[in-house]
Amino acid sequence: MKQCLIVDDSSVIRKVARRIMEEANFEITEAEDGQQALEACRSQMPDVILLDWNMPVMDGLEFLRELRKDPCGDIPKVIFCTTENDMDHITQAIAAGANEYIMKPFDKEIIISKLKEVGMVEA
Amino acid sequence: MTPSEFNSLRDMLNKESGLVLSEDKQYLVESRLGPVAKKLEYKDVATMVSEWHSSKKASLQNQIVEAMTINESFFFRDKTPFDNFKDYTLPNLIKSKATSKHIRIWSAAASTGQEAYSLAMVLNEHKHLLQGWRVEIIGTDLCSEALAKAKSGLYSQFEVQRGMPVTYLVKNFKQVGTMWQLDSNITSMVQFRQFNLMNSFTGLGKFDVIFCRNVLIYFNRETKSDILKRMEAQCNNGCHLVLGASETLVGLNGNYTPVANARGLYEHNREAAVKNEKQSTNFKESPTHKTGTGGLSFTR
Ligand SMILES: C[S@@+](CC[C@H](N)C(=O)[O-])C[C@H]1O[C@@H](n2cnc3c(N)ncnc32)[C@H](O)[C@@H]1O
Repeated sequence: MKQCLIVDDSSVIRKVARRIMEEANFEITEAEDGQQALEACRSQMPDVILLDWNMPVMDGLEFLRELRKDPCGDIPKVIFCTTENDMDHITQAIAAGANEYIMKPFDKEIIISKLKEVGMVEA
Repeated sequence: MTPSEFNSLRDMLNKESGLVLSEDKQYLVESRLGPVAKKLEYKDVATMVSEWHSSKKASLQNQIVEAMTINESFFFRDKTPFDNFKDYTLPNLIKSKATSKHIRIWSAAASTGQEAYSLAMVLNEHKHLLQGWRVEIIGTDLCSEALAKAKSGLYSQFEVQRGMPVTYLVKNFKQVGTMWQLDSNITSMVQFRQFNLMNSFTGLGKFDVIFCRNVLIYFNRETKSDILKRMEAQCNNGCHLVLGASETLVGLNGNYTPVANARGLYEHNREAAVKNEKQSTNFKESPTHKTGTGGLSFTR
């Protein structure tokens, strides 16, 4: 079973995302901010990360930059999942190593189509 | 609208049209039924839906179903057809059309344009291979409102996320307020025209690729067969035909053969077409001909 790390400071969003990802047959871990997420990755690298941008302690972009510096930190597919919906944020995220980008609000179809895009579910 | 009204609406749509509407799609109901509610002079969508819910009036129900299903489209819908286009069709065309350097593509139920524009974006990715080529993409649809949107090239945040890789978004769109505007180098690759598939195709010319997706489902078998048959006359040699994910050629007549390893992709078989034509018009000629050979049928 593929591992998915859900990083969001909102427990509601984590719950929604968890439900969608579980239906898609992923095993889920959760983190509330970038720091927790980094720790989670260092103990076990997930296959895919759904990543919020604005979070306390360490935000999504900082987390992603740190992650990509780690040995094997290039393994997880990272999908940003954020209310930041302008071209600037999107290009910054991609430059930092994001594989895909979802602008909130999202639904199951959008998540699944992005998972297909990064090769995490079959097309 | 109440949850129970929404749920029975979802059930009804599924039964009537096969549309699968998940629980989080209330926004879609609002946006698609808004114009209908206005036209029928309901106060709002919710009022109209509760009226339908309590009366189940057929005429109202039909308008709801039509408005909910009719123009659905999204960028890179189902992904595979566009992978096939990139991996099979395009390399093939680059070889077979090396002399004329002219490719014609038809999006036969173009709706709001995403299909035609997805192809345009893929072609744009390969423009280095197409220097000096003339590529025409023609999108036709019955519905002028859908075409108006197609021509504008302006899409919502939802629409640009469904199925489209973010790299395409970054490369080909500009943000305009809450909407996303497709760049003119892409929109200028496509021509949209209002056209009914029931009418004669001759004015459209011949094509090398035909995308005819998620429209045949609205027709009965006879009409489907008729459309596919008439499309053959618009096929250049070896023309590729692409149907929707849930559509097949099983049980329909025509001379299209499935392309190996490319799910949902068919190639027009001109030799078989010529042969079948001969056999049906003059079957005394060549009595040695075995029927059933040479790609007579394409059922799979
Ligand atoms: C579901 S959309 C398909 C859009 C696109 N091909 C796709 O697969 O995403 C179906 C379209 O078929 C169009 N349509 C229905 N009947 C038609 C006809 N007789 N002639 C031309 N277009 C028709 C509708 O207007 C609608 O835009």
